[in-house]
Amino acid sequence: MSNDIIRRSAAAQAAALQAGEVSAEELTRAHLDRIEAVDGELNAFLHLNQEDALATARDVDSRRTAGEQLHPLAGVPIAVKDVVVTKGMPTTAGSKILEGWVPPYDATLVERLREAGLPILGKTNMDEFAMGSSTETSAYGPTRNPWDRERIPGGSGGGSSAAVAAYEAPLAIGTDTGGSIRQPGAVTGTVGVKPTYGSVSRYGLIAMASSLDQAGPVTRTVEDSALLHELIAGHDVRDSTSLPDPVGSYVEAARRRDVKGLRIGVIEELKGEGFAAEVRARFQESLEQLEQAGAEIVRVSCPNFRYALGAYYLIMPSEASSNLAKFDGMRFGLRVVPEGGATAEQVMAATRGAGFGAEVKRRILLGTYALSAGYYDAYYGSAQKVRTLVQRDFSAAFEKVDVLASPTAPTVAFHLGEKLDDPMAMYLNDIATIPANLAGTPGISVPSGLAEDGLPAGIQFLAPARADERLYRVGGALEALLEDAWGGPLLDKAPELAGGVN
Amino acid sequence: MPSIGRDDVARLADLARIQLTDEEIDRLPGEFDAIMDAVASVSEVATADVPATSHPIAMTNVFREDVVTETLTQEQALAGAPEAEDGRFAVPQILGEE
Repeated sequence: MSNDIIRRSAAAQAAALQAGEVSAEELTRAHLDRIEAVDGELNAFLHLNQEDALATARDVDSRRTAGEQLHPLAGVPIAVKDVVVTKGMPTTAGSKILEGWVPPYDATLVERLREAGLPILGKTNMDEFAMGSSTETSAYGPTRNPWDRERIPGGSGGGSSAAVAAYEAPLAIGTDTGGSIRQPGAVTGTVGVKPTYGSVSRYGLIAMASSLDQAGPVTRTVEDSALLHELIAGHDVRDSTSLPDPVGSYVEAARRRDVKGLRIGVIEELKGEGFAAEVRARFQESLEQLEQAGAEIVRVSCPNFRYALGAYYLIMPSEASSNLAKFDGMRFGLRVVPEGGATAEQVMAATRGAGFGAEVKRRILLGTYALSAGYYDAYYGSAQKVRTLVQRDFSAAFEKVDVLASPTAPTVAFHLGEKLDDPMAMYLNDIATIPANLAGTPGISVPSGLAEDGLPAGIQFLAPARADERLYRVGGALEALLEDAWGGPLLDKAPELAGGVN
Repeated sequence: MPSIGRDDVARLADLARIQLTDEEIDRLPGEFDAIMDAVASVSEVATADVPATSHPIAMTNVFREDVVTETLTQEQALAGAPEAEDGRFAVPQILGEE
């Protein structure tokens, strides 16, 4: 098996399967071989699912041989972020408190992957309970960025972004509460989509902040994200916030490659101060490409976005403090019994003290504070009002433009350890991605080029709720324009990993 | 903005059922002050005339058909328990010594 097949897009791998150029078993094995060769350098995977993945692949091969009508992605392998529960496969959410836990059920999106015949390669590393922007808060060690292994792969979904960037998997699942799909995409030169809130079922996602969490695709191309989004989206009676709407034509939009007449609003509040010079330059050049292709670039102001970060860091910890109460050592996961025996309450405190890492404790305590008597109105109540104001900013902006644009993250990937001891510095990475989570609007990050230190940067597009198609239209068009200018995908410029040389 | 002291952190940890080490109780007040200073700006614009939003896409009364569906078996539900006994979760004593 040549190394070449794993570098192709998921769509191209699917075409190779359909043409009989390669079998699903060979394709799955090629990715498992790649993981074996390079994951020692990256730590993108927490658990590998070889036997089950190969069994799924063989099943797809025999069904294809029998002439069965298969899903277009049948046989294309995928990696799943470890915050998504998988029946019979360990699920830790990057935490010691869930070490060794094997869920008794599948998340709805995992059921959809299995029904469509996608071999699940394994579970990817992440910040503990998705709390972080660097994958460094994982209890199982950080994931490294394939572009520079001394740097972060983004977070919280750094395992998924690194796996896709390093050709360990053509597709991955991420979750995005404040940017955890889009920011890792930006710093690894990959594509990530946060769908409209409710587009993809949250059933079986280990919740951090239920009103903000949304699962979505992590891929190397816009078309691949569209293919995966169409597969995992759709109504689910087990998630009461799941949208009843029909799934949009994302693949068609991604292939359209036409932005004539599209009005793109540049968010004034998210392009200047705090954004690195070359990140801004790549953003500007991307806009120029789109303008030359017929899009109209408009300046728009979203004055309340500057309060979004504050609102987010009140709402998210408040919801997390409640959601994480279930990790108490009683029904599943770790149980720590203090010496000499203790009451259930003391066991809970000892278990949570030993099982949670520093960032998780920080956020639970912060949320407990924001919700406590005497502070509730000033903090949580005010944050919910800001949420209304951010939604109004979006509504006003979308009266003038079809999509909004900003750099996805303020900088390229920073060094491991650089921001770990400074929570506020870490939180500022999410400044551009958070507004979409507060408002429930969809967002995509697409590579915009190489910026500081020759590392990738991303451009983010945001659309009105339920208008995810627009993201695929503008993202697919920009990707094609930039790849023409670069002479190929940005990932072609990434250095080869030592384990991948032979 | 009131400052968050060592005693406040200890009280919050007690409410959240998290046993902290002395080092953590020493470190967290400074971190909380920095974070709360940064987020306090929300009160500048959160005036009385602005309604609160708790959910990004409002929905009311989401029901499903009241039909019997498949649930976990008792065995599956107990499979991940730290301790189980007679088909139930076994937990430490609920009440303290009298």
